[in-house]
Amino acid sequence: MKRQIPLIITAIVGAVLIVSVFIPHDPFGRLGENFSVYFDIIAVFAFILGGGNLIRVHGNRIYKRAQDWPFSIVTVAGFLVTLVAGAFKIGNPNGIKGDVAAPGSLFTMIYDNIFTPLQATMFSILAFFVASAAYRAFRAKNREATILLVTAFIILLGRTPVGHYVTFWLPPALEFFHVPVLANWIMSIPNLAGQRAIMIGISLGVISMSLRMILGIERGYMGEGSK
Amino acid sequence: MAMFDRVKNIDRRIIFLCIVLSVIVPLLLDITFTEKASPIVKNIFDKIESLPSGSRVLLSLDYGPSTVPEIQPMVNALVRHLNEKNHKVYFMCLWATGQNLTTITVDSVQAREFPEKVYGVDYVNLGYKAGNEGLINVLLTDMKKMYTTDVHGTYIDDLEIMRPVRNLTGFDLIVGLGGGTPGIKEWILFAGDPGRIPVAGGSTAVQAPLLYPYWPNQLLGLMGGIKGAAEYESELITYYPKYKLKSKPGIKMMGPQAVAHIVIMLFIIIGNITFFAQRAREGKAKGK
Repeated sequence: MKRQIPLIITAIVGAVLIVSVFIPHDPFGRLGENFSVYFDIIAVFAFILGGGNLIRVHGNRIYKRAQDWPFSIVTVAGFLVTLVAGAFKIGNPNGIKGDVAAPGSLFTMIYDNIFTPLQATMFSILAFFVASAAYRAFRAKNREATILLVTAFIILLGRTPVGHYVTFWLPPALEFFHVPVLANWIMSIPNLAGQRAIMIGISLGVISMSLRMILGIERGYMGEGSK
Repeated sequence: MAMFDRVKNIDRRIIFLCIVLSVIVPLLLDITFTEKASPIVKNIFDKIESLPSGSRVLLSLDYGPSTVPEIQPMVNALVRHLNEKNHKVYFMCLWATGQNLTTITVDSVQAREFPEKVYGVDYVNLGYKAGNEGLINVLLTDMKKMYTTDVHGTYIDDLEIMRPVRNLTGFDLIVGLGGGTPGIKEWILFAGDPGRIPVAGGSTAVQAPLLYPYWPNQLLGLMGGIKGAAEYESELITYYPKYKLKSKPGIKMMGPQAVAHIVIMLFIIIGNITFFAQRAREGKAKGK
């Protein structure tokens, strides 16, 4: 029963959602709508599970004095303070019914003064690593790498106004070689073709995996292997 | 040859310093360039321009603080344009981190720059709801199943702006502005395609190539990174010259981006010169 009930739920929900796309009338249309609402409700519970899991994992680390355990204290304290500030809307000028992100609330203060600078810093650091990695690893070692290098140069130039200034003097007959035009062509033709091929491949994989789940062949989502 | 070895093994802190300078110096010198909207950006501008006054446009701010420098200039330019055309603006977000940014946008651009517009009549902030693409799926059939109140706790039925909107098909345009999943792709797949609603987008530069397959049939237009934002800003200035004096972060950030790109290219060229020099040296040694 423990195994069969989840399998039956998956099969029914999956089949109904597929049918509701092709037959959007009662009862399938209504069932499809309701299943989507249930999904949204369950998605909210994922936050509770995520929060619980975070406390369990980091609580264990603190309790066992595992490596770098003081960082776990910061994680748990940050989580709890933000949770309480948001849930009880501490300092919110409009009270408990006001916008959780209202200016002046403790939640907004944490968001603006801690969360925002931390995320911005993490993302900004990428620019330095990209530059350093490009210098050390971006080599024209063979034909494929050379094509990649030339393409990268055209896109790098084409994404800035410099690209225009480099080739603006070209006659109209050679307009295709104008760097911004070339960059747009790379994005719209070779990039698009490659992306579409990848997307179609992924979609076929998702369809086959979904069918395996609906038919109960794939049970990895229940913590089991395939049948 | 010792020089090539020194260059090859350059201290990475020198590279970091060059990147810092390539960003700071153009900002301090206020280096800007003239931008011209590419077709993929112009399509969005033209669509908003051609919609009849009072059209309903949904802006979904699906991003976090890490992508603010790229996405926020697009959001600000769009909000200004929508208000200039007297469209009804609906703000919402699929990302929990987006609610604060939505409130900031509403306070700092919508309410501050357009004080004559009335909340609940001309614009509304619906805020964040969990569910990702599942949320879009429900909104497509019935908005009130998920949004019973706005961010201030006011019932949706009490807001004049919400009365004509039963579901997503009530919108004339959806603009997804985001830096990941859920984002523009989900808006296309779960709202644009099944509901036949025009969807446009603004994404980070790294995300933009992934969205090109949807353009132009499923995705009306796309602003990719700072470049996309700068192009939209320049188009806005062309049509509404009063914005020439206002803050235009997209155009302003194109200077540092251009210089940083050139610096990175120079490093790649230097790296390749040292690589070929080393290969030639190794070839010679083998020959001996």
